[in-house]
Amino acid sequence: MLIPCPWCGDREDIEFKYGGSADVAYPRDADAVDDATWARFVFFRPNPKGQMTERWVHTAGCRRWFTLVRDTVTHQITTA
Amino acid sequence: MSRLASGGRIDRTRPIQFSFNGTPYRGYEGDNLASALLANDVRVVANSVTYGRPRGVFSAGVEEPNALVQVGNDTMLRATQVGLVDGLEAIGLNGRGRLSLEPDGHRYDKVYAHCEVLVIGGGRAGITAALEAGQTGDRVILVDEQAEFGGRLLGAGWNDWLETSLGALRSPPDVRLLTRATAFGHYDQNLVLIAQRLPNGGRLWQARAKRVVLATGAHERPLIFANNDRPGIMLAGAARAYVNRYGVAPGKRAVIFTNNDSTDALAGDLKRAGISVEAIVDVRAGEAVLDTFPSPAGGGGQGGGLGGVTIAPLTGGGSRREVECDLLCVSGGFNPTLHLFSQAQGRLRYDEALACFVPDAAPPNVEVVGAAAGDLGGRGQGTIMPYWVVPSDGQDWSTHFVDLERDVTVADVRRALSTGMRSVEHVKRFTTIGTGSDQGKTAGINETAIIATQLGQPVGAVGVTTFRPPYVPVSFGLMAGRNRGDLFEPIRLTAMHPWHVAHGAVFENVGQWKRPWYFPRHDEDIETAVLRECRAAREGVAVMDASTLGKIDIQGPDAVEFLNRMYTNAFDTLKIGSCRYGLMCKVDGMVFDDGVVMHLGPDHWLATTTTGGAAAVLEWMEEWLQTEWTDLRVRLTSVTDHWADVAVVGPRSRDVVRGLFPKLPLDPESFPFMAIRESETAGIPVRLHRITFSGELAYELWTQSWYGLALWEAVMAAGEPFAITPYGTEAMHVLRAEKGYIICGQETDGTVTPQDLGMSWILSKKKAFIGRRSHRRRDTARPDRKQLVGLLPVERDQLLPEGAQLVVEPDGTIPTKMIGHVTSSYRSATLDRTFALAMLQSGRERLGAMVYAPLNGHVVSATVTEPIFYDKENVRRDS
Amino acid sequence: MIAEAVRRSPLADYTDRFAALSTATDGALSIRELPFVSQVDLRADPKDADLMQRLAAAIGFALPTVPNTVTSREDRRALWLAPDEWLVVGPDGQQGAIERELRNGLNSAFGSIVDVSANRTVIEIRGGKARDLLAHCVPIDLDARVFSAGRCAQTLLAKAHVIIECRDESGLILYVRASLATYAADWLLDALAE
Repeated sequence: MLIPCPWCGDREDIEFKYGGSADVAYPRDADAVDDATWARFVFFRPNPKGQMTERWVHTAGCRRWFTLVRDTVTHQITTA
Repeated sequence: MSRLASGGRIDRTRPIQFSFNGTPYRGYEGDNLASALLANDVRVVANSVTYGRPRGVFSAGVEEPNALVQVGNDTMLRATQVGLVDGLEAIGLNGRGRLSLEPDGHRYDKVYAHCEVLVIGGGRAGITAALEAGQTGDRVILVDEQAEFGGRLLGAGWNDWLETSLGALRSPPDVRLLTRATAFGHYDQNLVLIAQRLPNGGRLWQARAKRVVLATGAHERPLIFANNDRPGIMLAGAARAYVNRYGVAPGKRAVIFTNNDSTDALAGDLKRAGISVEAIVDVRAGEAVLDTFPSPAGGGGQGGGLGGVTIAPLTGGGSRREVECDLLCVSGGFNPTLHLFSQAQGRLRYDEALACFVPDAAPPNVEVVGAAAGDLGGRGQGTIMPYWVVPSDGQDWSTHFVDLERDVTVADVRRALSTGMRSVEHVKRFTTIGTGSDQGKTAGINETAIIATQLGQPVGAVGVTTFRPPYVPVSFGLMAGRNRGDLFEPIRLTAMHPWHVAHGAVFENVGQWKRPWYFPRHDEDIETAVLRECRAAREGVAVMDASTLGKIDIQGPDAVEFLNRMYTNAFDTLKIGSCRYGLMCKVDGMVFDDGVVMHLGPDHWLATTTTGGAAAVLEWMEEWLQTEWTDLRVRLTSVTDHWADVAVVGPRSRDVVRGLFPKLPLDPESFPFMAIRESETAGIPVRLHRITFSGELAYELWTQSWYGLALWEAVMAAGEPFAITPYGTEAMHVLRAEKGYIICGQETDGTVTPQDLGMSWILSKKKAFIGRRSHRRRDTARPDRKQLVGLLPVERDQLLPEGAQLVVEPDGTIPTKMIGHVTSSYRSATLDRTFALAMLQSGRERLGAMVYAPLNGHVVSATVTEPIFYDKENVRRDS
Repeated sequence: MIAEAVRRSPLADYTDRFAALSTATDGALSIRELPFVSQVDLRADPKDADLMQRLAAAIGFALPTVPNTVTSREDRRALWLAPDEWLVVGPDGQQGAIERELRNGLNSAFGSIVDVSANRTVIEIRGGKARDLLAHCVPIDLDARVFSAGRCAQTLLAKAHVIIECRDESGLILYVRASLATYAADWLLDALAE
């Protein structure tokens, strides 16, 4: 797959590390949430068939983290 | 001999000697193994995989299902793809090949290529597309799987056009032409993998193209009838190719069996080659070949080859007749070659009029041209009567072969359907059609059609099985390329490496680094060497190359806040010129990495990490700064390779350091434990840190890695009067284990908390840190978790293996509950016995108890102790 | 200086092999280590126009703001590594001077300046075949029209991280971690057989 780094442009996926689902907010007050809520944050992530907003980091390049939208079935990256 | 006196693209002035199954033969330059065998009347090339039936050459290309051979150690090759070279020795396979146990001596290369247009297939459509693209100044790559461009045009009277076109393609500098190059995988965004065959191996091209033009042509498919697999039965187009391109008569007396117009020119070509055409059987005229019979054994040719055919009318009435022949040319129509198209997620649709699957929706930036797009004019298919299987005589379908390579017949397909299977994917897996090394190139569409006919469904509704790379078999060696031997993985070396090599160090791999494991003297084994090295470190002075540790420079006004959030302990009180051990957890509360944090100056810090964790720690830190803590003013820079680190260790280490740095006050008040000082020796600037991993008085000397070797040599020279001893990672492991210091990745594995390790003392109660919330989880706070303990085997000399499972029942009844495992285990010079560290369920409640390690054939008993065996009061460390 | 005399560069043992190469290829390809190049890593906020100006004044030329490009003046160059990170490069012996100048430019603004001169060593590859050689191990498009003078890229050389800079049409510069230098050199020498 070619991953579009917002800084370096399209690069082979071997230059990147996958960062999983984006938009997972770190609980504002970790101490206040119960165990179940905390476990959901730590261990659970969405796994959609279709469009997914996800994080990547350009490890062998500029080392910046960024977000993109990828279709998990067709691998088409629709926005960067 | 069946070589024609003239004609074909072979060079009769350049003969080539080769052997097949031990018998010597002669061919010519331009031959492949299949054409040369046919020319030498070798009609049986191999035997089929399940039934051992004799098989001959069936096709003239990559779709060959029968003529499988072995050349040297390379097995499962198609004779039609093996170029003839002098001295070639090939053998026919009985079913499957065998992998050789010898190392692959071929040389494999890999190249990355970028282009605007990649044209796959160098026939008429491909060459035309490449010419067009080449005129724009774009970078064009044209690949063809055969030794020359031209495809079906070769030997078909297109020589002038080929010469002109290829000449035109060779002139622009940006057109790259590759032959013997098979595109075998088409991946996302037009990444195409191409296997190029070279004389002594191959080259893998990894090509990224803005546009891909698939000019992959079409494969002829056969009609299916009883005993349709005899040597002498081949695809009609192949017969034409052997006559016209290779100057070979594949038989003497031929019958043609067809359902379309492509065979019109064949009769003329055969006759011109001196082959008599005994009959032309056309299903459109209501006739079909019902069955074939063998030639009599020993009767001039090889037994088991084709002797003749039985022809019958399609519908009742009329009589059947037998015609003797040794060549049967079969054409059932053409299948556009769309494997790569499908791999790239192109969709197919069935075309009723053409009786084949053609491209429907193409993926972006992929274009299909020529026969592959369904333009079968060049093939001459013309008017086709869709026909697949000639009905059997009676109920026996067991010799109606669908997949020749897999020996699968119509009987097998019917059996699959009779179990209730409906999907072509299920039938494929039940029967194994399409799973052979030819990937069913001449079988797949027939399979679909048979299913459709049997189920009374339209062919298009049944569909085809999923096409997956590779399109042709590709050797593992090619995929490995030059990542072999010393180049298999990166090897990382410190600045002192040449010294270690010169002094006989035995190395071990720590991640990608080569680290000295031990320094044997004379003929010492590892045990003796390590005991000697440890003794030196505890009683005299020893030196170790610690340069591989990860090192991260940290600058900014928010550095302390950052460190406090990252590490479990706090750094507010750490003064400039001091360092402190730090532990890091992940969000799930599990120990991640550890190291020493140094306060170098105002807003300037440096953190070390484990050797193996360096990259992961920096990435982790950057992730938090870039995605969560974007307002923190702190910046990180990797300096792992910038600094060399010489660890001088032992009660005499101060003497050695004094010799090197005479002006530096070394008394414990001036240079206390965990302090940092700067100095220089012989002009080399050095930063000294009183850090210890062994529990002895020790100094880590850091200098720019350009000076690393010089510093190491200076330390060795200064240490000579004290018999300074270089030591490696094994001794280092023993020394720290005697002190109960953990190694992340040895005592921890991602499931271990600081509390499990008995390290609650390092968890700050005053500030938040990553992992703190998870420590409160019920599961993380369970009292029966595995905890770090020490183990002393009852027999002082018995060494527990690392990883040994621990149980409480000594008698070895199975099943037994495993309650822990040994994480580290060594012989100790200091203790004069063996000892170990282990993670043990409720370990801290079992101190003094006995546990057992059942091993192969015997059980080791050990007493559970505190995880520290030496200098509990840290007297030596702080001296 | 004593210190200079005892320095050792990561590819000190490869001088002969590299030299033999030029002879063997009739000058079509040459590889050599440029040892002890001064390199300083700078992190600073590119959106602070004032700061950018001060830094430009301090080192004598403006830092590149277009990703993966290089600016230079005389024997100093600056490579873009990230939106807020540059590698400032100069000849042997200048790391102290570069650091001081950058510190003056940074003044009290937030940023970081780190001497990383020994962290990477520098390999120069020259000749018509330079890009073909690198095509054996570098996945990005190194065509002279795409990767032209003034461009740089952080990418992979086989399995090692590398910075590649195009100095001029036939000169490519590699910056590779000191510990990985022999791996990179071995890979290049092995690829030459093709």
